[in-house]
Amino acid sequence: MGRLGHRLRFAGKKLLRMVLLLFGVSAVTFALMAASPLDPLQTNVGQAALGSMSPEQIAQLEAYWGMDVPPLERYLSWLIGALHGDFGTSLLYRQPVLTVIGQRLRSSLWLMLTAWILSGVLGLALGITAGACRDRWPDKLIRGYCFTISSTPAFWLALLLLMIFSVWLGWLPIGLSIPIGMDAASVTLLDRLRHAILPALTLSITGVANIALHTREKTIDVMESDYALFARARGERPLAIAVRHGLWNVALPAITLQFASISEIVGGSVLVEQVFSYPGLGQAAVTAGLGSDLPLLLGITVVTAALVFAGNLAADLLYGAVDPKIRRGAARS
Amino acid sequence: MRTSNRRRSTLSFLLAAAAALAVVTVVGILLTETAMETDFSRTGLPPSLDALFGTDWMGRDMFARTLSGLSLSIRIGLLTAAISAAVALALGIVSAVCGGLVDAAISWCIDLVMGIPHILLVMLISIACGRGFTGVVMGVALSHWTSLARVVRGEVIQLRQAPYILTAQKLGVSRAGIVRRHLLPHLLPQFLTGLVLLFPHAILHEASVTFLGFGLSSERPAIGAILSESMRYLTTGKWWLALFPGLSLVLVVMLFALLGDRLRRLLDPASVHG
Repeated sequence: MGRLGHRLRFAGKKLLRMVLLLFGVSAVTFALMAASPLDPLQTNVGQAALGSMSPEQIAQLEAYWGMDVPPLERYLSWLIGALHGDFGTSLLYRQPVLTVIGQRLRSSLWLMLTAWILSGVLGLALGITAGACRDRWPDKLIRGYCFTISSTPAFWLALLLLMIFSVWLGWLPIGLSIPIGMDAASVTLLDRLRHAILPALTLSITGVANIALHTREKTIDVMESDYALFARARGERPLAIAVRHGLWNVALPAITLQFASISEIVGGSVLVEQVFSYPGLGQAAVTAGLGSDLPLLLGITVVTAALVFAGNLAADLLYGAVDPKIRRGAARS
Repeated sequence: MRTSNRRRSTLSFLLAAAAALAVVTVVGILLTETAMETDFSRTGLPPSLDALFGTDWMGRDMFARTLSGLSLSIRIGLLTAAISAAVALALGIVSAVCGGLVDAAISWCIDLVMGIPHILLVMLISIACGRGFTGVVMGVALSHWTSLARVVRGEVIQLRQAPYILTAQKLGVSRAGIVRRHLLPHLLPQFLTGLVLLFPHAILHEASVTFLGFGLSSERPAIGAILSESMRYLTTGKWWLALFPGLSLVLVVMLFALLGDRLRRLLDPASVHG
């Protein structure tokens, strides 16, 4: 018992809250989609086609899009299905929602994971450099970069990179995760990589700003501390002090921030995938939203929310695991 | 050391930035007619002195389109940030003052909204409102209040134990009276800077959602719509269709961010010392 028991109880409590929040997310998403005045038949079948159909055909279509059942009943039946691992069938792709999400997530995950790790490492390095060289040119440069990037819409940055590297220089392909007209089996890993470079680069560039600025603040705090002053008195150089004494102190909040940034990475991937027509989760979300594909959008929202909550949970647990002060503080309270 | 009055130079920067944004807004409104004009005798022209930002495939002047799009973005940004900030203030205060179950419920809602990636939530709310102008405004307004609400809530909880609030309570001032006479004036500086710092996010999300096709209709010269159209002409080398509108959007967003930062320095000097 004792400390371990406490840790487990802490994790359990967080987990329970996460599950409740996921229920909330599904209910809110469903309510928003159900409240929509947009007619799925109009958007997907079209006015002209509807006009030429018999009433029975229209009724059949309405049943397919689930328009003849009241929303609450539909939500409850969806919820019961979801608890049994059945998220329904995507109306646009005509496949089980989980299959579609599984396929899309696989190609998105590479993208997001690369961007997540790259932006974290790069952000940490830039932040420490800026903090160590406070108010000198590296700091000014890095701060300016962060400020510019946080004011730039991700999709425009994607367009810019696409213009430079694909259209102008012709180094990289325009889009899609595989070359057009190629058999899925004959696609090599290299092809996939080439198509993922620009989207991953865009996501990494945008993700850096937040973590770099935060790390800079923390590094400045460290550099003003007594032990940093003592190190300087011993003759250590600022950058060496920042790395040797700052890194551990800075890494912890940075890790938390990094786990909390999953939501932004997912949001960014929606935009970036749209620009590069990269067949990932984000693109599926946009397609589902434009085509009123309720089960798919609902599934995607729940899955991404689960990712975000899992990130927060991991941050909470890691914080306690890495920092003994917090662990003891939590045990006392 | 600098001898000039820093407070005064900050203030003049603030006024200049606000004036520049106001000019863009007004000129953009005036140019809306020009932005819609098509002229098929001059389609797809690269930038020149005649057409600063070039023309598109329908011969519309990109400079006029960009400015009227920016104007639209700024106005939507103002509207949504105001709604968002008002919601944040109300919920933050109610959450902290009432405490207990109400506090738990509001905190839960904040966690819920923060759990869904912003862009997805804006999309969903926009769908619920039938897309278009209402969809974008509601979507952005109802998804950006969370962090400011947390700040307000934290501030009020700290303030509750302040001597003058406790004294007012003992003197029998009602809860509503305390909120109105003591809490709101204290929160004003933070609230105002929070409001201005909401603009950049609001504008960026408005453009993003319009870009994805959930926002303003494509006939309207909105920056998101312009950039989404420009995607179709990228491969033919018409770079100016995407470069200038996006660049001007970045400049406007930066101006708003600087404005918020300077405002914070003026209203709340203690928080940005050093």
